[in-house]
Amino acid sequence: MAAAVPLFLLVLLLLGSGGWSQAEPPRDSLREELVITPLPSGDVAATFQFRTRWDLDLQREKGTDHYFLRYAVLPREVVCTENLTPWKKLLPCSSKAGLSVLLKADRLFHTSYHSQAVHIRPVCRNARCTSVSWELRQTLSVVFDAFVTGQGKKDWSLFRMFSRTLTEPCPLASESRVYVDITSYSQDNETLEVYPPPLATYQDVILGTRRTYAVYDLLDSAVINNSRSLNLQLKWKRPPESEAPPVPFLHAQRYVSGYGLQNGELSTLLYNTHPYRAFPVLLLDTVPWYLRLYVHTLTITSKGKENKPSYIHYQPAQDRLQPHLLEMLIQLPASSVTKVSIHFERALLKWTEYTPDPNHGFYVSPSVLSALVPSVVAAKPVDWDESPLFNTLFPVSDSSSHFVRLYTEPLLVNLPTPDFSMPYNVICLTCTVVAVCYGSFYNLLTRTFRIEEPRTGGLAKRLANLLRRARGVPPL
Amino acid sequence: MGLLSDPVRRRALARLVLRLNAPLWSLPVAWLERTMRSVGLEVYTQSFSRKLPFPDETHERYMVSGINVYGILRAPRAASTESLVLTVPCGPDSTNSQAVGLLLALAAHFRGQIYWAKDIIFLVTEHDLLGTEAWLEAYHDVNVTGMQSSALQGRAGAIQVAVALELSSDVVTSLDVAVEGLNGQLPNLDLLNLFQTFCQKGGLLCTLQGRLQPQDWTSVDRPLQSVQTLLLMVLQQASGRPHGPHGLFLRYRVEALTLRGINSFRQYKYDLVAVGKALEGVFRKLNHLLERLHQSFFFYLLPALSRFVSIGLYMPAAGFLLLVLGLKALELWMQLHEAGVGPEEAGRTSGSSPPFPPTQSVGLASLVAPLLISQAVGLALYVLPVLGQHVAAQHFPVAEAEAVVLTLLAVYAAGLALPHNTHRVVSAQVPDRGWMALKLVALIYLALQLACITLTNFSLGFLLAATMVPAAALTKPSGPRPLCAALLVLTSPAAVLLGSLFLWRELQEAPLSLAEGWQLFLAALAQGVLEHHVYGALLFPLLALGLYPCWLLFWNVLFWE
Repeated sequence: MAAAVPLFLLVLLLLGSGGWSQAEPPRDSLREELVITPLPSGDVAATFQFRTRWDLDLQREKGTDHYFLRYAVLPREVVCTENLTPWKKLLPCSSKAGLSVLLKADRLFHTSYHSQAVHIRPVCRNARCTSVSWELRQTLSVVFDAFVTGQGKKDWSLFRMFSRTLTEPCPLASESRVYVDITSYSQDNETLEVYPPPLATYQDVILGTRRTYAVYDLLDSAVINNSRSLNLQLKWKRPPESEAPPVPFLHAQRYVSGYGLQNGELSTLLYNTHPYRAFPVLLLDTVPWYLRLYVHTLTITSKGKENKPSYIHYQPAQDRLQPHLLEMLIQLPASSVTKVSIHFERALLKWTEYTPDPNHGFYVSPSVLSALVPSVVAAKPVDWDESPLFNTLFPVSDSSSHFVRLYTEPLLVNLPTPDFSMPYNVICLTCTVVAVCYGSFYNLLTRTFRIEEPRTGGLAKRLANLLRRARGVPPL
Repeated sequence: MGLLSDPVRRRALARLVLRLNAPLWSLPVAWLERTMRSVGLEVYTQSFSRKLPFPDETHERYMVSGINVYGILRAPRAASTESLVLTVPCGPDSTNSQAVGLLLALAAHFRGQIYWAKDIIFLVTEHDLLGTEAWLEAYHDVNVTGMQSSALQGRAGAIQVAVALELSSDVVTSLDVAVEGLNGQLPNLDLLNLFQTFCQKGGLLCTLQGRLQPQDWTSVDRPLQSVQTLLLMVLQQASGRPHGPHGLFLRYRVEALTLRGINSFRQYKYDLVAVGKALEGVFRKLNHLLERLHQSFFFYLLPALSRFVSIGLYMPAAGFLLLVLGLKALELWMQLHEAGVGPEEAGRTSGSSPPFPPTQSVGLASLVAPLLISQAVGLALYVLPVLGQHVAAQHFPVAEAEAVVLTLLAVYAAGLALPHNTHRVVSAQVPDRGWMALKLVALIYLALQLACITLTNFSLGFLLAATMVPAAALTKPSGPRPLCAALLVLTSPAAVLLGSLFLWRELQEAPLSLAEGWQLFLAALAQGVLEHHVYGALLFPLLALGLYPCWLLFWNVLFWE
């Protein structure tokens, strides 16, 4: 099974991505594709990608003001159907035609992994980037589990996965394709059989390894016309052995160590399993203010030795205003485990600041790892518009490595929590009443009462008294 | 609840049990890994080793090394922030292999379900509690007891609840629930209630302390039964030792309990399907928990599974016992005050005289020596047995473990014989003054210690208070000295331990002869020292560094001249 990766709805607003695309992109065009990747464990991963581009008169200023760059994360958010419905409404064909007919909530949430994303970014329309168009890219990845969804069977079909088949492309789409990963895992011959047989195949270097895909173009009338619907079927010729899945070059793990409600330690383990190449990793951590980090305890060790990061940016937290921000560039030695740990103290919140379920714990957002991971096979620079969508989210700048962004698991940290039950409420109420009574009583008891002497003053009064005395009347 | 209802699964379970019943001298790690992986878990292993401070003769181990195997069932679409643990401890003999079989069957069944919201860790530990301790320390990345273990490769967030399973015999006629953990910690009462509900639902017979629950609450012998169960629980909790692998989880704020399948030779017996169904129900309920278990009691005593005594009811008893010490101290303070004023001033009103005449400072200085001596003896009692075991084993014909116990007893007895004649410096005109001051200090010291213990481990605090308080309050140099000395010796911590052992076996309906009792006492001493070093149990340092020196002060008072 794929390692459980945190699920959260991520909206990335990339403001500074100039110069990525050179050619004139088509306007208001929709491209959609579905990539199906059978995994050797018997699970199958499906990734939908939808891309819409449109022109906007709003011109981008030269350069980006990083003062306006924001990063926010909601670690508690769990993706569910109420996230899927508005997401589907952003699609031009909604879920009426094209690939999006497969997006049935009851099947998509009967999976072992679910990840949903929306990316909005400006894309240059020419080489000098004088005009900009905007790109909206929606991705949805699910992993169907052989044990739960497949009930032990490792053969899959579109109908078995989504309980639907494909009948027509979206009329608004300029491209609508299904890719099936048919890369053979063993040397001798292919282990996977796809039905109907593909009309075309596509080969490229994806995430540093060479992959072969069977391509089904829904706009090509031959694909659907035969039976009025396309139900892709995957059959393993030899059932794959259930063994530990291959380990990626970069993976990470995060946990809270220690026990008790006073102190703790945030630890992040970064694994570089590449046998001989070291590579740098940019680690971004945001920690809520109620975990008071002790930055002097920040230790980074790899292979038993201290690893000095080449760049550290730390922005301390302000209580109730902003979280800690810690960003580091760390070099990971070849085949090593690097441990980044920092001590923290749990703060005591005000009693109105606790969530309604304080004993559940408080979430700490995942660390974000961005790295250029060495490739096994050198990749050639992609042609931005011709290559499939799943290859073009992050551009390849260097043929020997590929860009990977990883999110570690979010953490659940228990804070010292008062007993929010009836006795606690009684204590709070009683204290308030006592404070009010005590205050007023104290005020009453310590106040000295004096009778104000009438001031003998004022020119007018004196004059009046003089007159009164002259007249023989008692003075004022 | 379709667990094992179909014959295929049942046959698979039978095969597992058969395979595991074959004699195995160490955990079949590779086989377990393969089996867990084939049911679809993420499998990891952890190796650990520990050299005990001295050979453990009860379990016959000294240099221990083993491997824990655990598999994680990842909850679908969740982010691995919370987890539940089902753990099966395996000893050197394959007594718990049925439980391993049940664990694997449950794992296979759980893997096919979609409803899990928390990850579930299936943990098989070697060398029972030592393996559990090693795994817990590695999971929380701390080192409390000097265990050497490899780092864990896979984690699953904050552990919410753990259930330990021990099926000691092939025939299970009842399930015994153990709640007492390390240092007398208890899990939340809700966990126990949850399990009891499922036992009733599934028609399982549940016992507490190995005793049947009274069916008829109106019968005559019900109070007697309840008191016996309650006393057993008090003794178990007071011992401060983990009463099962769950006891070690409690330190990490993981609510946990141990289920023991026992064969009590009754005619009705259960197959594992019934046990599995109850466990499945418990795990599904725990899976739905939003918050940690916190609503119910953490401090309670159990006279029966369905009845409990809450802290509000039992705490006043201990409070009143400690009040005796406070009142006695107050009385001494007032007597001291009058004695300090002197005979010629005592007749006058005390308010006008200076409260602290110069003799007061001499009285306080004379207390330093007995206090220091008794604390030093306590320190020797704590340090010497383990430090000097090799020296003792070289010079005397004893093994290391025996040497530790005998040194312990020797230091303990030597403490009584130490000449506490440091009170000679006290001025002769007020001879009572010295022992009064010493007793005053000792009373306050004892009251503070007992109060602290009672707050954390009520059973231990109450047991010590009930025995030590009367003797402490009555001790004075005048009066029938041999009688007082006998009373004081009978209520010293070691004698209380010996007495508790006899009481415990009496309640278990397996009375001890004197010789057996002595052997058990020696074994308990060794276990107490060992548990302090291996799991961090606090009973031994508490007695050696706190209560024994305090008791010596009273001994000193008694023989004041």
